[in-house]
This record gives sequence, structure tokens and C-alpha cells, in this order.
Amino acid sequence: AAAAGDLPGGPKNNQLDLHDPVTRIASDIQVLHYFMLVVCVVIFVAVFGVMFYSIFKHRKSRGAKPANFHESVIVEIAWTIVPFAIVIVMGMAATRTVVAMKDTSNADLTIKTTGYQWKWGYDYLKGEGEGIGFMSTLDVSQRLLSDQAKPAGDNYLLKVDNPLVVPVNKKIRIITTANDVIHAWMVPAFAVKQDAIPGFVRDAWFRAEKTGDFYGQCVELCGKEHAYMPIHVKVVSQAEYTAWVDSKKKEIAAKADDPSKTWTLDELITRGQKVYAANCAVCHKPDGSGAGPIKALDGSAVVKDADKLKEIGIVLNGKGGMPAWKTLSDTELAAVISYTKNAWSNKTNQIVQPADVVAARK
Amino acid sequence: MSAVLPPHAAHDHDHAHDHHDHHAPHGWRRWLFATNHKDIGTMYLLFSFAMLMIGGVLALCIRAELFQPGLQFFNPELFNSFTTMHGLIMVFGAIMPAFVGFANWMIPLQIGASDMAFARMNNLSFWLLIPAATMLVASFFMPGGAPAAGWTLYAPLTLQMGPSMDAGIFAMHIMGASSIMGSINIIVTILNMRAPGMTLMKMPLFAWTWLITAYLLIAVMPVLAGAITMTLTDRHFGTSFFSPAGGGDPVMYQHIFWFFGHPEVYIMILPAFGIVSAIIPAFARKRLFGYTSMVYATASIAILSFIVWAHHMYVTGMPVTGQLFFMYATMLIAVPTGVKIFNWIATMWRGSMTFETPMLFAIGFLFVFTMGGFTGLILAMAPIDIQLQDTYYVVAHFHYVLVAGSLYALFAGVYYWGPKWTGVMYSEVRGKIHFWGSLIFFNVTFFPMHFLGLAGMPRRYADYPLQFTDFNALATIGAFGFGLMQVYFFLFVCVPMMRGKGEPAPQKPWEAAEGLEWEIPSPAPFHTFETPPKLDATATKVIG
Amino acid sequence: MSAATPQGVTPYYFVPSPSRHPAMAAFGLFLVILGAGQWINGADWGKWSLAAGLLVWLSTLYFWFRDAIGESESGLYSERVDASYRWSMSWFIFSEVMFFAAFFGALYWARVFAIPMLGDLDHQVLWPDFRAVWPSVSPGATASPADIVEPFRIMGPWPIPTINTCILLTSGATLTIAHHAVIANERSKAILWMWITVALGITFVGFQAYEYIHAYRDLNLKLSSGIYGSTFFLLTGFHGFHVFVGMLMLVFITLRLMKGHFTPERHFGFEGAAWYWHFVDVVWLGLYFLVYWL
Ligand code: HEA
Ligand code: HEA
Ligand code: CUA
Ligand SMILES: [Cu+2]
Repeated sequence: AAAAGDLPGGPKNNQLDLHDPVTRIASDIQVLHYFMLVVCVVIFVAVFGVMFYSIFKHRKSRGAKPANFHESVIVEIAWTIVPFAIVIVMGMAATRTVVAMKDTSNADLTIKTTGYQWKWGYDYLKGEGEGIGFMSTLDVSQRLLSDQAKPAGDNYLLKVDNPLVVPVNKKIRIITTANDVIHAWMVPAFAVKQDAIPGFVRDAWFRAEKTGDFYGQCVELCGKEHAYMPIHVKVVSQAEYTAWVDSKKKEIAAKADDPSKTWTLDELITRGQKVYAANCAVCHKPDGSGAGPIKALDGSAVVKDADKLKEIGIVLNGKGGMPAWKTLSDTELAAVISYTKNAWSNKTNQIVQPADVVAARK
Repeated sequence: MSAVLPPHAAHDHDHAHDHHDHHAPHGWRRWLFATNHKDIGTMYLLFSFAMLMIGGVLALCIRAELFQPGLQFFNPELFNSFTTMHGLIMVFGAIMPAFVGFANWMIPLQIGASDMAFARMNNLSFWLLIPAATMLVASFFMPGGAPAAGWTLYAPLTLQMGPSMDAGIFAMHIMGASSIMGSINIIVTILNMRAPGMTLMKMPLFAWTWLITAYLLIAVMPVLAGAITMTLTDRHFGTSFFSPAGGGDPVMYQHIFWFFGHPEVYIMILPAFGIVSAIIPAFARKRLFGYTSMVYATASIAILSFIVWAHHMYVTGMPVTGQLFFMYATMLIAVPTGVKIFNWIATMWRGSMTFETPMLFAIGFLFVFTMGGFTGLILAMAPIDIQLQDTYYVVAHFHYVLVAGSLYALFAGVYYWGPKWTGVMYSEVRGKIHFWGSLIFFNVTFFPMHFLGLAGMPRRYADYPLQFTDFNALATIGAFGFGLMQVYFFLFVCVPMMRGKGEPAPQKPWEAAEGLEWEIPSPAPFHTFETPPKLDATATKVIG
Repeated sequence: MSAATPQGVTPYYFVPSPSRHPAMAAFGLFLVILGAGQWINGADWGKWSLAAGLLVWLSTLYFWFRDAIGESESGLYSERVDASYRWSMSWFIFSEVMFFAAFFGALYWARVFAIPMLGDLDHQVLWPDFRAVWPSVSPGATASPADIVEPFRIMGPWPIPTINTCILLTSGATLTIAHHAVIANERSKAILWMWITVALGITFVGFQAYEYIHAYRDLNLKLSSGIYGSTFFLLTGFHGFHVFVGMLMLVFITLRLMKGHFTPERHFGFEGAAWYWHFVDVVWLGLYFLVYWL
């Protein structure tokens, strides 16, 4: 495979230790880990030093005669009490950090992250940027490289279309939940890892002390694309953040489509192609050929069927392994369905308008 | 004639070893209709070895896919099935039945009983494993492929699985029933069938650890059955135990599962402690240090194991008090486990040691298991676990305790008691090759996984960022080497012993071994202790 | 028969000779799980496999128990074997306790943690209309977070569960009377009280069946009625099933009594069934308070 360089904010080549900490908590944890490592290695060396000494000294081939003792209450008590004390010290060392990690109060910015099979959705709930919301998906080209066994790039499997953007030195509260199965949101440099549980909300927090790009991955088995739902957090200065919020808001306003609008086929196809690439191509492949249990769309009877409701129904509600795509907007759904009905060899000339989707949703 | 398989066909009978015993049933009926604890023990051991091979091949498929980044051989769904089935088959098919096989063979011999308390039920326990294993393996060929939700079978992912999930659930019900019956049998045998004079506190530690293990099994297997039954009804009968839309909770599954799951991991290690406690004194030529505290330590581990389960769930979002409680409780387990380690070393201290293969594996066990124990302790610390949860660090931890712990102890036991089972000594040279090869390749495989985990590589991943490539390649090489060593073990150690090839074993091949199993000929005759033996004051010798 | 023991002598410990029952039972269960797994996934042949498996399994059990009873009655079981049976029955009941513990645990978790959490302030992001009350139906609140559950009414403790409680408690008493009669060697009295116990058991199961019909037909309370329905039916259902099994045990014991089995000193079969019955009784008390009252 192709060699890669270290990825700042992500894994380094042959990294031996936790990620370089970017939050207080992460550095606390690194210290705790060193502490544990040292204590454990010291005990280990001591205990097995004794054992190996005994193995070399007290072997039959050196003429050792077995001693007769087989009990000593004092020794037994000693080696119960001492480890007990060590363990308590270890626990106490960690307690402060446990409490600190759980204190999600007084956040500057609250962001809800939702795990979907297989992408992340981010909604800015409170603080600057309130109202922004978008999906974050693995770059399709990387997913294809994986299939072709031709991995490449320092950020292989970590590149997303829309990274999460947060300001530096602000307390960010992440609320996690999920739409289908359990996922987990992790960014090692921040020492954040929190299961995203369908139907429930959980929270975690971080205050990044450096700007830059930081990467993580989904860490709870969530089905076949579990390895392909990375997390990319962009930490930017306050000024950059404010600028980003502005542009994002404008973008959203521009995108807010009116579902009652009627589109031309070409418009829908152009729009649909983008939607397809961002959502469907992972499984159905950019050329619509599917793979294994995943149905091919190219030439598919359902896609080409004159009854538009058939395809709309499956896309909206899912079927078998196919997830439900209710979360896409009516226009996006209309566009992508129109696209599949006309792409590749499916030249059906059928057109699905947002209004059709609105009707089918009921 | 015990476990000696005849040279040509398994169902043919080797009369050379059989002249003293004409009651032994013949042919396939001997095995299918068995009521003899030794025969059933042999079947358990062979079954578990077959499962180790299947689970091992799955592990090698996993490692082959992970040798290089990118998807080379398998699609991610199949990869997840491999992971899931590897875990399930190793835990329920390989390790647990292997220990039951040891229990069957050794407990009646060690306590001077004629057989297991319920000989027919004993056979049922074994034969239930066959349908269960068949269903599990067959699930690969069902529509939708084998279950792919991890061996922990977390809801709601299990609710998305195909029909094979139900096959898997029923298979686990059956295996649970088998374990419960097996445990009842073991407990009753130990409590009720000891020879006069074999008081509880004179019993070999292997019997003690199994007594406590069996208790754990009876306490937690039904809980697992409950959890997967809820999964089943959620899948097919409209209940909402794990579905929040109906007021249920996916995390509830995890609590119930780990209430089973954590004691389960001690189920897989306590009998190993028992085996090691028999071997170390034998080769140190010195009595086991601190017998009483060993018993108490085992019991404490068992009791503590019921109150630590949520250390698998730190990232599900527990209240602070929950995290703290489970962190402290988990760490406490280091204390009784430490007592055991120290006792073993004190047993070696000022002994007169020799290093035949059983002893090598026992020392290897001590050394490598302790490393796994320490990584366990590091994981027990909640803040660190939040960094490491569901990464390869955890994979490294549990293979250190399961492979270098349970599996090594099993190997040690096979070398130690194998001569008694088959009447033949293994080859010491081959045993040493097996030991050193396994030890080295084991560490090559699993040590790099610590680094992968610290660097954040998640588990159950079919593909990974390029920075993780080298350690993964190394682990894969190690895994294949480790696998080859086990093939070597089977072909060059086990098969010759089973065919009766090699030096005939004396009644007591180990100079300082103690216990009733060494008071009977090798191979152990078909029936032993039909009338209870008279024992000396230490309950280790038969005096009439 | 144990190979080394001459006829007519009670061996020190009875070890049965090779037997086909275990393998047959395992084979039966194989057909059961194969069939069940396929049937619930829509394969029609599954039910035949299931039925065949149950048949094989039950008939095997019948012959197996017949053999064991034969061995017992022909005096092959020593005191020690008797003690083994006692131990094994106690541990088996312990395993059953733990099985129920899983479901009681689910009920506890749902009521004390899950439902309140789903209804708390944080979760209003997801479930704005849900109110945390138990049972998960009440005026002004959706019956479940996602409102997927049809409205239903709950099963109160009155009157059937209370009647059933009395029935089970009474049956415990009648069983004890029968036991004392066995000890006093008053066989016909024992048989009479056993049949009374069995009748009480049948009544219990009958009431329970009626209650289920009532739940489905009148209360719209179903397996699919959210977490309330899930815990209600699985707890009471598994309990009902255990009552049924316990009742079968009592029937067989009574038939054995009528055949002249058991002596005042040795009647483990009787006691085992009685322990099981009392266990079922205790579980019911738990259900009665936790499921119906609280
Ligand atoms: C044989 C099996 C076995 C054994 C014995 C253990 C033993 C221990 N395990 Fe492990 N564990 C597993 C099998 C096992 N584990 C498995 C299979 C998983 C993963 C499941 C999954 O998710 O799939 C797991 C996961 C796991 C986790 C969850 C990780 C995660 O998913 O995030 C944790 C966290 O606390 C943990 C902790 C421990 C501890 C503290 C011990 C202790 O018992 C260890 C005690 C031993 C020692 C500490 C060493 C000897 C002691 C001394 C020499 C005394 C002196 C020492 C001191 C005073 C420090 N284990
Ligand atoms: C209980 C015991 C047990 C044992 C003994 C093993 C043994 C091994 N395990 Fe296992 N493992 C688990 C229990 C066990 N494991 C569990 C519970 C999980 C978690 C599952 C989950 O996440 O749900 C897991 C997960 C797991 C993973 C993580 C998968 C993932 O997260 O995606 C990996 C990866 O390397 C792995 C590797 C191995 C290897 C290389 C061995 C080796 O030791 C195996 C050696 C044996 C053989 C190889 C067989 C003998 C050889 C042949 C039959 C011939 C062919 C051989 C050659 C040609 C060389 N295991
Ligand atoms: Cu999402 Cu793993
Ligand atoms: Cu654990």
C-alpha cells in the first residue's frame, strides 16, 4: 500500500502513544495513563524480577532443595493490603478527571450530533451559529479507493465533505443521539468519546486549545459501513468562526428550497447528481451498479417503473438493508429520484417533482 | 482405554489397551450413547479444539483482511460476520467447552468419585453443543449471511440482522442450557461425591475453581438467555424492550448483557487458575503456597465480578457516581488476582524447579496474563477507558487474558494430564517448540495492538487509515505464525498421543505431582473409584 | 446398570450404562431450533420441523424419566444419589430465579431509568410530547415516545390477579397437606390433596388465559403495547408457562403416587416437584406486587 505521512490532528505513522492532547482533559488523561503505566511497569518488574530470580536460583539442575513452607499469614495480609492501597490511590487519581469530564454545564456552544447509518448530522442548537445544520459524510472517492484496495492519502478514510467547525478556546457541548443504531462520536485529541444512542441524548464537552483539523472515527459497531463514518472537526479562531457562520447561514438560506416549486428535468438531474454522490454512491456505486446484496439501480425495474411511487416509497421508507431517507428535503429527494430515473442506461424521461414527494410523505 | 484413539479408524477398537476392561462399550455407540465421564471429557476436548480451529481460521481471515489497508478479500459486511462469529465461536465453542472437558476428565479423578453425578445428563450437555455449533456455523450460509453485530450482540443492530440472527439466538439458548446442566453436574459431583476424607478444604484447587465457576455459570447464563430472548421478541413479536420509540432502551440490553458478560470472562479464567495451581507446585516440588487464601481469593473474584459490569459501558453516558462506583469496584479485582499471582510465585520461591512443557506454559501464563491484567486495570480507569474504549487496546487486553491466559492454561493442562488420558508421554522437544513458538508469535500478534489502540484505531473495522499499516501487518504475520504453531501442536503432539505413539507414561510421570489422579494407572482405566477409596490424612493418596 | 454392581444390591453410587436418550434429546432440540428459527422467518416447513423436534424431545424425556423412575423403584439409588437429586433441583431452581431476574431487571430499568429519562428536559429535543409516567399511558401524554403505540388500558390487580394469588397460595397449602400425608404414609389422602392442588393450578392457568384474552380484546393491551406490554406479557407469560410445567410435574407425581411409588422416607420426586411449585408461587408474589400493584 501507499505510504503516508503523519496526519496532524489525526494518527501519526506507527504512533505509540495517545494523540497529542489539545484539551485540558486530554492532557490530564495522558498524565493518568503515564502514571498507570509507570506504576504497572514497576510492579511488573518487581514481581517478575522475583520470579525470574527464583527461576534461576531455585532450579533443580542447580541442586536446589525444596523448602517446606507453604503458609504465612503475615505475608498474605501484607500483599493484600499493599495492592489495595495502590488501587485506591489509582482510583483517587482518576476521580477528579471523571468529575470534570461529566461537567457539561455553562457551554458556549451546544451542538447536536446525530449518528446515521453511515454519516454524521450536526445541528447547532445554542450559541453563535444557532440554526445551522448539515450532514457530514465520508468522501466518496475514498470509499471507492477502499473497495479497489488502492488506499492513498494522509487523510485516507478521514476526509469528509462538511467538517464540523467550532471556535477555539470555547466550551463546546456535544449532544449525541442517533437515528437508527448506536454509533459513537470520538475525537482522540479532545479525549471525547460518547455513544450516540437512538432515542436518547447524551452529552460530552471539550474546549480545544489549538486551532487546526482534528480527526476521529465512529467507534461503535453500526453495520457494514462502520469503518466509513469519520469525524473531522475544524477548530478555527473566533473571527474565522464568525465569518464561517455568516457564509453558512447565507448558503442555507439560498438552499432552502420551496417544495411547491416546479423544476425542469435538467435542473433536477444536475441537483440530483450531487445528492446521489453525497448519499447513495457509497453503496449503489457512482455508476449505479450496486454490489452483492445491494441492488443495482442501473436497469432496475423499480427505478424504471412508470409508477413513480414505487421508487419514492423505497427511498423514503427504506427496505431491508436500505435505510430510510426521510431526513433529506423534498427537493433533494425529488432530484435524486429524477436523477436515477434518467442516469446511465435508465433513460426513462420521467420526472419527479418535490410535490410528488410531499404527497408520498403523507 | 480412555482417550487413546486407535491408529486406523476412530470407530475401530484398539484391543491392545483394552484387555483389562470388557465393559467398555464399542464403536460409535460408545461415543454417542456415552455415560462415562472420561469419554465425554474426550469428546468435549476434541469438540473445543475443532472450534478453536474454526474460530482461528476466522481470526486469520480478519487478520488477512487487515494485513494491508483497503478491502482486499472481503466486503465489510462479511468482515463483521467474521469478527462476530470469531468471538462467539471462541468464547462459547472453544474456551468454555475445553474447560468443561477438563472438568469431566479430572474432577471425578481428583475427588475420588466414580463418575459425574448425572452421567446421562452429562452426555446431553455435550451433545447439545453439536446442534448449537452446527446452527452457528450454518448461519454463514443463510440469506443475509451470519450475524454481524459483534459477539456482544448489541441492540438495536441485532434488530437489523437477517434470519441467521434467530438461528444464532436459538443456538445460544441451547449452549446456555448445556452450560447450566454441565454446571449443575459439576457442582453436585463436587459437593456430593467426594471420597470420604476429601474435605472441601483438602480438595485440589482445580475442583475449587470449577465449583465457583459453575456457580457463576448458573447465575449468569440464564440472564444471557433472558437478554437474547428479549432480542428475539423485539425482532419478531412486536415488543419494545430495546426500542425507545416504544419506551424501551438499547442501553438496557447492554446492562443485562454485561451482567452476564463480565462474570463470563471470569468463567473463562478461574478454571485456568485451577490448572496452574496444580502444575506450579508439581514442578516446583513444593506445596502450593497459601491454599486457603487461594480459595478465598477465587471466591472474592467471583463475588466482585457481579458488581463491575458497567466498566464496559463508560461511554454510554452514565452519571458520575456510576462511573466512579464501577471504576473502584473493577480496580478492586486486582487485589484478589494479585494474591493469586503472589501465591504462585511464593510457591516457586525456594522450590526445586524443573521446566517441562506444562511448567513452561504455566510460567508463560503467569507472565503474559499479568500483562493482560494490568492493561485491564488501565482500562478500568474511567477517563483512560474513554480514550481506549472500542479500540484495539481493548482487543489487545482481552487476547492477553484469553489467549495467553485461558488458552495457555489449557495447553499446560493438556501436557500435564495428557499422559494420564492417553497413557503416552508427549515429546518434550516438540512441546518446547510449541511453547516458544506460541509465546513469541503471540506477542508479535497482540503486542502491537496496544499501540494501535492508543493511536485510536477502532475495533471491528474492515479498513483503516494508512498510518496504522505497519503494526497491522506485523500483527497479521504474528497471527499466521501463531496459527501454524497450533497446527503443529495438533499434528505433532496431540495426534501422536491419541494414537498411542510415544513412550508409555508411568502412573505418575511428574516427580512431585500430588493428587488422586496419580494413584491410578496411565491411561486411566475406563472405570475408576467405583467404590470410594480410603484416603490418607492429606487426601492426596489412596491407602486402601 | 452400573457395570460392576451385582443384581439386587444398591451400588455405592449408581452410574447408568450407555443410553440413547441424551443424543435423542439433543437431536430433538436441534429440530426445534432449526424449525423455530426458520418458521419465524416465514419458512413454512419450519413448523413441521419444530413439531417433529418437540415430539422427539418430549418422547425422549418420557422414556428417559421412565428409565430413571424404574431405576429408582428397583432400589438402585442410594442415599447419595438422592442427595444429588436434591442439590441439582436446588441449583436448577436458582438458575430459573436468575432467568426471571433478567426480566424483573428489565422492568426495573424501564421504570426507574429509561422512562423518566425519555421524559426529562434534555430529551424534549427528541420527544417533545412524551411525558414520563408509568404505566406509559396516561391522559395528555403519548403512550410511547414516538407515539407508535395504540392507546391501551392497563391490567389492574383486581379481580383476577388477586384471585389468582389466593389460588396459588392455597395450592401451596394443599401441596403441603399432601406432603404431610405422604410422610404419614396416608396415600389416598395424599392423592386427593394432590389432585386438589392440580385443579387449583389448572384454574390459575385458565384465569391467566382468560386475562390475556381480556387484555387483547377489551383493553387493547398487547405484546406491542410499548414497554409496558413487553414487560407485562413476558413476565406473566414466562410465569404462566412455568406454572404449566410445574402443574405437569404435579400430575406425573400424582400418577406415580397412584402407582404406589414413594415411601414416607424417600420421595424426592415429590419434593422436587413441590419445591418447583413453591418457587413458581414466590415468583408470582413478586409479579403480583411489582407488575400489578406498583
Ligand atoms: C479471561 C478473560 C478476562 C479477564 C481475566 C479480564 C480481567 C480484567 N479485565 Fe477485561 N475484558 C475481557 C476479558 C477479561 N478481562 C474481554 C473479553 C473484554 C472485552 C469484551 C468486549 O468488549 O468484546 C474485556 C474488557 C475489559 C474492559 C472494558 C474495556 C472497554 O471495552 O472499554 C475493562 C475495563 O475496565 C476490563 C478490565 C479488566 C480488569 C480490571 C481485569 C482484572 O481482573 C485483572 C486483574 C489482574 C491484574 C491486575 C494483574 C495481576 C495483579 C497483580 C500482580 C497485583 C498487583 C497489582 C496492582 C496492585 C496494580 N476488561
Ligand atoms: C476466547 C478466546 C479467543 C481466542 C482464543 C482468540 C484468538 C485469536 N483472535 Fe480473537 N477475539 C475474541 C476472542 C478470542 N480470540 C473475541 C471475544 C473477540 C471480539 C469479537 C467482537 O468484536 O465481537 C475477538 C476479536 C479479535 C480481533 C478483532 C476483530 C475486530 O475488531 O474486527 C482480532 C484481530 O486481529 C482477533 C484475532 C485473533 C487471533 C489472531 C487469534 C489467534 O490466537 C487464533 C489462533 C488459532 C488459529 C489460527 C487456528 C489454527 C490454525 C488452523 C486451523 C490452520 C490455518 C492456519 C494457517 C495456515 C497459519 N480477534
Ligand atoms: Cu457508526 Cu460505527
Ligand atoms: Cu469486564
